Amino acid sequence: MRTPISPVAVALAVLLVLAAGWAWPWSRMPIITFLCFGLAALGLTVLMRAGQVSFGHAMYAAVGGYATAFAVRAFPGIDGLAAAAAGVLASLAAGALVAAFVSRYRGIFFGMLNLGLSMVLFSLAGKLYAWTGGTDGLRFERPPLLGVAMERGQFELAMLVLALSLAVGIAWMVQRYFDSCAGQVMLAIRTNETRLEYIGLSARSVLAQGYVLSAGLVGLAGALLALVQSLVTPESGYWIRSGEYVFIAILGGSGHAIGAFLGAAVFELIKLAAAAWFTDAWQILLGATLIAVIFFAPQGIVGWRRRAPKPAQPTPAAQEAR
Amino acid sequence: MDLNLLLLATVDGLSYAGSLFLISLGLTLICGVFGVINVAHGSLYAFGGYSAASLLAWLLPHTSSTPVLVASLFVAAAVVGGCLGALLERSLLRHFQDRDPVLQLLVTFAVFMVLEDVQRMVWGATPVNAGDLATRLGTTELLGVTFMNYQLLFIPGVALVAYAGLQLLLRHSTAGRQIVAVIHHREVATALGINAARIGTLTFALAGALGALGGALSVPMTSFVPGLGAEMIVTSFAVIATAGLGQVTGALVAAVLIGMARSLAVYTLPELEVVMPYLMMVAVLLVRPHGLFSATAARRI
Amino acid sequence: MSAPATHELLRTEGLTLRFGGIAAADGIDFTLARGEHLAVIGANGAGKTTFINICTGYIRPSSGRVLFEGVDITRKGPRQIARLGVGRSFQLPQLFLDHTVRQCLELASVSRQGRLSRWTSLSRAADQRAVAEMLELVELAAHADDLTAVLPEGRRKLLDVGIALMLEPKLVIMDEPTSGVSSEDKHGVMQTLMRALQQRRVTSWFVEHDVEIVRRYATRVAAWIDGRVAADGAPAQVFADPLVRREVLGER
Repeated sequence: MRTPISPVAVALAVLLVLAAGWAWPWSRMPIITFLCFGLAALGLTVLMRAGQVSFGHAMYAAVGGYATAFAVRAFPGIDGLAAAAAGVLASLAAGALVAAFVSRYRGIFFGMLNLGLSMVLFSLAGKLYAWTGGTDGLRFERPPLLGVAMERGQFELAMLVLALSLAVGIAWMVQRYFDSCAGQVMLAIRTNETRLEYIGLSARSVLAQGYVLSAGLVGLAGALLALVQSLVTPESGYWIRSGEYVFIAILGGSGHAIGAFLGAAVFELIKLAAAAWFTDAWQILLGATLIAVIFFAPQGIVGWRRRAPKPAQPTPAAQEAR
Repeated sequence: MDLNLLLLATVDGLSYAGSLFLISLGLTLICGVFGVINVAHGSLYAFGGYSAASLLAWLLPHTSSTPVLVASLFVAAAVVGGCLGALLERSLLRHFQDRDPVLQLLVTFAVFMVLEDVQRMVWGATPVNAGDLATRLGTTELLGVTFMNYQLLFIPGVALVAYAGLQLLLRHSTAGRQIVAVIHHREVATALGINAARIGTLTFALAGALGALGGALSVPMTSFVPGLGAEMIVTSFAVIATAGLGQVTGALVAAVLIGMARSLAVYTLPELEVVMPYLMMVAVLLVRPHGLFSATAARRI
Repeated sequence: MSAPATHELLRTEGLTLRFGGIAAADGIDFTLARGEHLAVIGANGAGKTTFINICTGYIRPSSGRVLFEGVDITRKGPRQIARLGVGRSFQLPQLFLDHTVRQCLELASVSRQGRLSRWTSLSRAADQRAVAEMLELVELAAHADDLTAVLPEGRRKLLDVGIALMLEPKLVIMDEPTSGVSSEDKHGVMQTLMRALQQRRVTSWFVEHDVEIVRRYATRVAAWIDGRVAADGAPAQVFADPLVRREVLGER
């Protein structure tokens, strides 16, 4: 089923990342960005395993980021971790609210409704200047982390360690969720939701729970990014950002939680390479990569177990038309 | 709110609706024919506008005839949009036509990303516009407010002609009826001798030209900057999602609804102006997921 | 409302389903008693599967009602009806294509237990003893870890039935359980299934086209013609009915 991930490989990767961040200060932001995008893509992966793609999930990154900003501005001296936690709580709450009705939708309508909601939020964030700082966003003071006030370099390194530990821990927990009863029901939603109902399981309620989890993951990504930049803008919730999260989730593959991070790493590396060698043609490179991946390996880097071509499964009602 | 304001809002709303419909027409056509949401439609809009501006800039030293200049907008749109649309279908999308619609959408998203960079490389980041072309068509005074004829009459007029033209094409021309046949059943159409592949390219060329036309006609009114295409695609998507994917007449009605809602907001709650299309879209999707005008009943589990 | 008879498991009253002018189900009054093994026969399109779809909550009838153990289930969906104790297998096997044979049964097992953990793995939460028993019963132990997508047709049917039985239902509805099973195996399969059902005291209702299977394993036969029950009784009696012989068995 899933490619067994060797703990040694993970440990090695973690050490490499830490070493790079320590030795090369310029690498800290790209690494943190890649880790956050990985977390966000992981949120998308949760839903993709149930066959649902949301085109508006970046809205939870915006919710997480703005909540973090509000917390720091409203409570001077608040710890960065507490502010980020506020961000996650806000996105979980928003996700729960939306999950209640969005979990009844499937396919393109699920995607469209999420997009619509995210654009409502994006537009409001840009317009309600008094609360959100408008299109320029909200700036806030760099908060202390675990009680220690830090200057920029230290802060970035500390955020890197934070993001890395969260990424590893959360990826492990989400993978456990994938293997759990609920996680396996999510997979079954993609292949035969009707049969799930017929064995007494509520696809809607399991999907709703998965949705809340995915909102929290994207919200955490948004909170961390806002924290490290000391800034949150409406852009963090724009539809293009949602598209990038989907892109990374597809690139990495939904077979294993680590896929999202592999996809994010490739994404960030391409951006860096393009900035270094092709000056601002990074979108061309990324676009071409996405097309190539979808054509040759739609199951992504992690790949999924080879599925035999799906035989047509007419619904029980359609069968009677014979 | 007094009657004057209401009338002004109506006029404003209808003219915005005309522009919105024109831009959404190509998008909904592709949805209806191919079942694909073409994110790159936003790029077609942008390329249409930028190319039209370039063509105008090239023509202006040679002629100051308004009809020629206005016609050049159409020419730019037809050539650039038609070629780009056809190229997109033939070289790329055709190879993904049997894939999951979400993957097809992502391919068009990738194309959009590529074209955004191409656009920036060709035209740069400084705002591009079409000078005073819009003012050449004169103004009309209505209820004490001066409107540009270009915005008030010309664009909605073109939108209506495009609508009527498309309906005529689909119902009464051979090519149009072939398109409809392919929409309904690709395999049967092929069995009847219709070259489905050629029809596909033709439809994309048509939709591309329409999308580019939306941009070409907008450039006399709006400055074109990077990011405008992204804004346009998501707004026109709101229109067609409200109407029902693939519904052409529905898109006209939805454009009017959204245009009116937006202009009413401008006069009452200005902060909600930009939110209106998306509020409408969400409201409709919550009640009728398939859109206001589609035949299928809401499919929920 | 009178107290339900204790032997009555399922009852329909005036069940009707109309599509335009056609009645797929035409005022059906039907009762199924505990312990019966009902075979439903009829030509394709006669309304056998439609009736099942209505009784299991997949389609709403135009009028009439369905009661299970005295409870009105007309407006309930498949999920609630499954929880009340009705298991169902399908004419075209409805399996989970991204899962293995074992996992399909495990999913049914955790549903029966009513626990859907977000932490414990599916294999640990499932009742592996019950899963192993079911694998034996439907003769799929050798294929336990194969993806359902690669199973041959006959075995898919059996797995479909197995999934329904994992719920330990009071009533199991099987839509053509032996179609797709090779003729040598049909009787063996049916025998194993029926023995298991009798052992567990499960009432069964199966749609079947094979007359021999019906004669051997059914305690009662109902014949469907054009959305109505045309004949209902012991197998010998129903198969002797001239209307049944003509419309269902196709004899001239």
